[in-house]
Parts: sequence; structure tokens; C-alpha cells
Amino acid sequence: MEMDMLFNSGILTGERPGAEKPPQELWETKQNGLVIIECPQRIPCNPCHTSCPTGAVLPFEDINDTPRIDYTKCTGCTMCVAKCPGLACFVVDLTYGGADEALMKLPYEMLPVPEVGSEVECLNRYGEAVSKGKVIRVMEPWKDKTKVVHVAVPKSLVMDIRAIRVVK
Amino acid sequence: MRQTEVMVIGGGPAGLSAAVEAASLGCQVMVVDSDLKLGGQLIKQTHKFFGSKEEHAGTRGYEIANILFRELEENKDRIQVLSNTTAVGYYKEDGVVSCVTGEDEYFRVKPQRVIMATGAQEKMIPFPNNDLPGVYGAGAVQTLMNVYGVLPGKRVLMVGAGNIGLIVSYQLKQAGVDIAGIVEFMPHVGGYWVHAAKVRRLGIPIYLRHTIVEALGERYVTGAVIQAVGEKGGLAGEPKKVDCDVICMAVGLTPTCELLWQAGCEMVFVPELCGYVAKRDNQMRTSVPTIWVAGDAAGIEEASSAMVEGRVAGLNAARSTGHVTDTEFDARSSLYWKRLSDLRAGPVGEKIRYGISQACCGSWEV
Repeated sequence: MEMDMLFNSGILTGERPGAEKPPQELWETKQNGLVIIECPQRIPCNPCHTSCPTGAVLPFEDINDTPRIDYTKCTGCTMCVAKCPGLACFVVDLTYGGADEALMKLPYEMLPVPEVGSEVECLNRYGEAVSKGKVIRVMEPWKDKTKVVHVAVPKSLVMDIRAIRVVK
Repeated sequence: MRQTEVMVIGGGPAGLSAAVEAASLGCQVMVVDSDLKLGGQLIKQTHKFFGSKEEHAGTRGYEIANILFRELEENKDRIQVLSNTTAVGYYKEDGVVSCVTGEDEYFRVKPQRVIMATGAQEKMIPFPNNDLPGVYGAGAVQTLMNVYGVLPGKRVLMVGAGNIGLIVSYQLKQAGVDIAGIVEFMPHVGGYWVHAAKVRRLGIPIYLRHTIVEALGERYVTGAVIQAVGEKGGLAGEPKKVDCDVICMAVGLTPTCELLWQAGCEMVFVPELCGYVAKRDNQMRTSVPTIWVAGDAAGIEEASSAMVEGRVAGLNAARSTGHVTDTEFDARSSLYWKRLSDLRAGPVGEKIRYGISQACCGSWEV
């Protein structure tokens, strides 16, 4: 009941259709990372599929379907991260950096835009700062004001961190 | 008396789509809109739209307005646009529409066909002090912030976690405004889950099964009192004081339908469509054969479907004035209805599907 209320207020409470983790083995070795999509509600929306250049986000039979991913085709390119109207796509690269590090590529539409090399706060699904992260790159794949921030984070937190905040 | 083949009342997503559809098929069109600038709610929407490519999914609302403006421009020989112009009356005796531009220029129009795309108005809920300055509708907050670049305040309590409440909270946060929280009467957010997740990860709390019970302040809002609601909807638990200088109401919309009543259209109350709507046939034509309806005026839904309904209304107005061949009509019509049915197919469309089944009579010819 409480978990239901939590989910109903926009907090993911475990895997479910439309919000699944990539297969671990492939994920561990895939350079540039794999996408995680957290879109567990059937809504009429498909830009993750139409923006995917490699066909990794599979075609929608019904536009209301939740996304399904062929992880063998995902290159971690972040085109969906920047296109998704719900900001529900995130790329996680487990091959990045040292053993305890990972690279997350997160959608970002706030101001100020973080500077490359700066330290930002990493926020979990509740907006709580759970660690610091270093900004590696800032991209704007569609040149439409949605940035994709590449940030180096502790590997153990890749399933918690979902946003960043610039520290003033 | 001014004349036009097709008069479109309302220049939002539905009205503009109707106007460009009818004009591109050869109709002479007049669009009137009460606002200074066309585009309706689209020009305030800084977020990317849902839907499919055909409805410009992944494109921001104001960019979609720009696409429609370009289409208007392409058809400017056949479209007359009158902004800052309110259609104030429909005389059913002779089908004359009276309009006022600004506050003093009054004129009458005798259109052959009318498309009512008058949109919606915001609802309000009763609570003590809800007339204090600082209590805003979400539309007003968006107009201030996204059209005029004026912040409504420093710290906002949002009432309602439908898509509008969630999106406006996100936009406020983008503008640097603090959000005290979002209260929602229902045990789940009414808007898309992803919008809720998006505001939660910015640290904005969503209080489900909560409501506002009072606005605080003498001359303007200085706070609010919120309280939990029980299983049966009554107040439960301790009232909590929230510091805020803005209370933003996003508790739903209701179709704007005064002109439809005046025109004598058969009206029906459909809760799922959020109020009184015109009965319509399966081509959006009302019981008055020269009047079509489209967009939120036909039932509260998303802008994506409003744009397609506008196309349907424009196409039908063009056919009824002899501008479309049957083959062309059938091709376009089946395309538009396919898109509408796709948009409404899922669980979030269930309410809409039921509502439309209550408002649609199939065909007026028996």
C-alpha cells in the first residue's frame, strides 16, 4: 500500500515493464554505456523509438506501449535521452574510469548549465543529494535546449542517481 | 456586415489547425482570437510534447505554435487573422457572429460555416481566502512567467498533480522559483507518471490524498494550510502550515461553451469531458449543421488531439463548402481518425473514449 502510494507519486519502486535494467553481463562490458528507460505507464508517446538511430528502442505496435529495448543494438548515444518529453531516459556507462566509477549521461533543462570539470550534486529519485559527481561533458544532441550532462559518479549509485544540481 | 466562408473562433492548437486545413483546401477563412497573440496555450508550453511525430512529439509547445504560424503564413491569401478580438455573441436567427476588437471596435460577421475552437477555462475550488492576491490559476502563472517573463512569486504551493500542475511546477523550478510542494486529492498523480518522476527528482514533494484547506494572509498570500484527506474524501489528520507567497491552482479545466449554447447547439453534460459539451456527429459537427467544434471546447484533452480534431473540423467545413473531392476527403479523414484513435487507445485515453461515446451521436442524418 505504502509502496503503491510512493509509486503513484512518481517514485520508481523496483523493476516493472517499461522500467527494466539492462542485462548485467552486457552492461558491464559495453563501452559508452546502455540506456535505462523509466517509463512504466502506458501513455501515447514514442519519440524514444523514433529518435533512436540504431533501432535499439523497438518499434511500438501501439503508441501507448511502454518502451522495449534491444540492448545489443544500444550504443549509449543519448539521442533518446535528449528527445524524451518525460526526461525518462538515462545512459549508464559501467566501463568508464576506475573500478568504483561509472559515467551517467543525464538529461538537464535547468540553469545554470554546469561547467565541464566542475563538481555537481547528484540527486536521487527524491531529489536528495546522495553524492558529488564530476562533469565530464555537456552535450546538446538535438540543439533544442535539452542538454545531456555526462557526469562521473560512484558505480554503486547508478541505480539511485537520476539528476544533478549545480552547486552555487 | 463582414462575410467569410469559414469563421474559426479561437486561435489555439485546434483553431489554428482548423484554419490552415480549411484554407489549404481553398476556403476563405477568418480566425478570431481574444488574446493579443495567437497560439492559445501552446505559446506558454516550454516542455516537449508527447504523442507521435505527426503531432510533433518531442517538440516544445511554443515551437509547435511556430510551425502552425508558418502554415498560416503559407496560406495567408486565404486567412484573415483578427487577434485581440472576442466573439461575444452568436445570433441563431440569422447565424451572425458579433465581435469586439479591443474595447471599442464592434462588428458583425456572417460566416457560411463556423468552427468553435474556444478552448477551456480553469476550475477553482472553494476554500477560505481563495480570493487573496497570490492565488493564481496555473494558466495565469504560465502567462506571467513564459509569455511576459515575470515571476509570480518566490515560493509556490501547487494544488493539483495533473499534467498542468506537474508541468507548471517544473517550469517554475526552471525559472528559479521554489516549490513548497504539490498537493493532490487523489491517491495517485493525475498527470503522466514521467512528469511526476521529473519533478520529484528535483526535490519537489508530492502529497497524495491532500488538499488545501485555507490560504493565509491579510492583504496577500503569506502561506497556506494543507491537510490529508481520508478514504471517503473527508479531512483527516493534522492541518499543516506551508510557507508560500503563491498558491497555484491546477485543479482542472472546463470547456468554454457559451457560444455553443447561444447557437442553440444540443448540449450534454459529460463529466469525463469535464463539463457541458456540444453533441457532435463522428465528424465533429454539432446539431447546428453549419457549426463544428474542436479541441478543449469539445471536451478537455491534450493539445495533440486538439490539433487533429481541428484538422477534422477544417476538412469538413471545406467539404461542406465544396472545396474537397470525396476521394481527398476520405483519404484525409481516415488518416486523422486513425491518429485520434491511436492517441486515445491507451489506459489514459479510457476516460476520453467513454466521454466521447456519451457526446457523439454517430450521424445527425437518420
